[in-house]
Amino acid sequence: MQIRSVHFKQRASAAIANPETQKRMASLGFAARRADRVAEFGAAKFEAQRAAAAAVRDRSIGDLATWIERFETVATRRGATVLYANNAKEVGERVVAICRDHRLTKAIKSKSMLSEEADLNLVLAAAGVQPVETDLGEYICQLADDPPSHIIAPAMHKSRDEIADLFVKHHGTPRLDEAALLTREARERLRSHFLSADLGISGGNFLIAETGSVALVTNEGNGRMVTTLPRVHIVITGIEKVVPTLEDLATLMRLLPRSATGQNISNYFSVLTGPRGRADTDGPEHLYFILVDNGRSSLVGGELQDMLRCIRCGACMNHCPVYKTVGGHSYGWVYPGPMGSVLTPAFMGLANALDLPQASTLCGACSVVCPVKIPLPGLLRSLRERQVQARLRPGQEIFGLKLWSFAARHPWLYAILSRWGARVLRLLGGSSGMISRLPLASGWTSGRYFPAPPRGGTFRDRYAALRK
Amino acid sequence: MRVGLIVTCLVDLMRPGVGFAALELLESAGCEVTVPAKQTCCGQPGWNSGDRGSARALAMKLLDEFSDCDYVVAPSGSCAGMVKVHYADVFKDDEYQLARAKKLAARTHELTDFLVNILKIERVPGTFAGTVTYHDSCSGLRELGVKAQPRALLAMVPGLRLAEMSESETCCGFGGSFAIKFGDISAQMAAAKCAHIRASGASAVVLGDLGCMLNIEGRLRKEGDTTTQVLHIAEVLAGRK
Repeated sequence: MQIRSVHFKQRASAAIANPETQKRMASLGFAARRADRVAEFGAAKFEAQRAAAAAVRDRSIGDLATWIERFETVATRRGATVLYANNAKEVGERVVAICRDHRLTKAIKSKSMLSEEADLNLVLAAAGVQPVETDLGEYICQLADDPPSHIIAPAMHKSRDEIADLFVKHHGTPRLDEAALLTREARERLRSHFLSADLGISGGNFLIAETGSVALVTNEGNGRMVTTLPRVHIVITGIEKVVPTLEDLATLMRLLPRSATGQNISNYFSVLTGPRGRADTDGPEHLYFILVDNGRSSLVGGELQDMLRCIRCGACMNHCPVYKTVGGHSYGWVYPGPMGSVLTPAFMGLANALDLPQASTLCGACSVVCPVKIPLPGLLRSLRERQVQARLRPGQEIFGLKLWSFAARHPWLYAILSRWGARVLRLLGGSSGMISRLPLASGWTSGRYFPAPPRGGTFRDRYAALRK
Repeated sequence: MRVGLIVTCLVDLMRPGVGFAALELLESAGCEVTVPAKQTCCGQPGWNSGDRGSARALAMKLLDEFSDCDYVVAPSGSCAGMVKVHYADVFKDDEYQLARAKKLAARTHELTDFLVNILKIERVPGTFAGTVTYHDSCSGLRELGVKAQPRALLAMVPGLRLAEMSESETCCGFGGSFAIKFGDISAQMAAAKCAHIRASGASAVVLGDLGCMLNIEGRLRKEGDTTTQVLHIAEVLAGRK
């Protein structure tokens, strides 16, 4: 996907000014449902489970090459073909090559964020293969030609009215205004695609090294059809999604649905191993895995390694006050919210996403809900440090910081500056004590006043006078 | 008991009364309070802006100034959090300073946490006639577990009634330089916070961090609300408002 993170501020301001977007964001109900599930599970038990899950992920990532190799060996023995893609472009190349080999013409897809990283729908269409998204949200996004705005609720930015209009336009059917009827119409449309497709493309929530399997967590049942009906099934997922054992998978599955949608378990949960066997009544004739790097391995051993623990639940964005204010599209690439603000600069380059690590109050709401305990504020801070080191911050900001730090290291100078600073601010505040325009800080005063200090000088001066 | 007071740079410049209120609370509880005259800033602005060098220099300065105190107290969750949680990271490659930082961290407390869990006070000097609501500032809440402490203290203030707002734990949108760099987003978050404050029916919002205080007060006044008071918890407990 082409990166548009450079437009973060403009898009964020537009989202704030749009009452419909604000209404849609306010309707995001996952956080409340998660809280209920955690309470039922028991908060202390949930905490222990988070620690266990983080340990499972650390064990996988700490020895990634070994577990991937193990996965490849076992999956190959079970009849699958394991391919690798170093970058987004290679993902498209591998998929197109498979389509050529098997003369495939129609791909039904279940939700996959990696498919977004690789712009797979564009690549498929250019190669003469019709891509059809079958996750309802993704289907809506495909009709609207929108990228997903949330990793597990991709069309959450669309209102029911907009969806009804889209269906009239693309299906040529009478307008419906009930969610259930719209869903039924989409199912009816998708059914013929399910039955006529020769390729199924899915993501993979986890790869299990000991059994060579892929685990899929879905809610709509489309995943089952995508992975069993067509004669070829391609799983596309990141190399970091591997876990050593089924027991590890169980540890993570206690957390994933609860953290994501606030469900104890998703409606569907599949563990798929190998293509259709001789005794099997369904399943694909050919099963391919495309394991994608696209920047992931560069995080191993570095300060951002903890990010590779991510199991793509979306809890960080569901709890992020910035995400809930600006919406997913503002972030400008595949992954929005706090995890996106780390992944986008990490995968696409620091200079291509300058605002993202800065666009956080570091409030920590994300890290306390993360099921694998990723210290997201710390990672954002670390990216800010890299920006400073790479001289990617504006000169004025760096100068201000240096000046502040110099003054703060010289108490006599600091005392003078703060004494005068307090006087100037008090004068600017006038009789109301509220400053409506601050030079060099117009960002503050565009949406609020800056309260001025009271008369009487700084604490330092007053305290010194009292002690005399 | 010798207690060092980190006044914090924002209290020093913007709300000196909060510093005196903290001082009064500690002294009235029997502490011998020392206020190092040369203190300036804990280094948080540099730390959060990616300037490790300046954060380190200021952290070192603070370690020198407060290392002879039995306890160190700040009327701010984010400054106390900087010392208690982040100094370990600031000095991660310097064994000697790291050991000093860890020692200091173990003795450092946010004000309300210190009053409740170390001094275990049962009375406060202040009184307050009216209903207040409490905003949980992020660093205090999530880095230091400051949640029950301020509420326990507010319950000791004669005449004060607490009416919880919804989403009291949601960030007010301050975030240091975030409030200037992303003014639109920050102000929108502040507006949401102000709406919750108003809906609580309280005549004052009480909180424990200067950044949130300036942000919320600035937004309330801009919205034309000239009556809802924005008070630091030290002011309420000491009866200085």
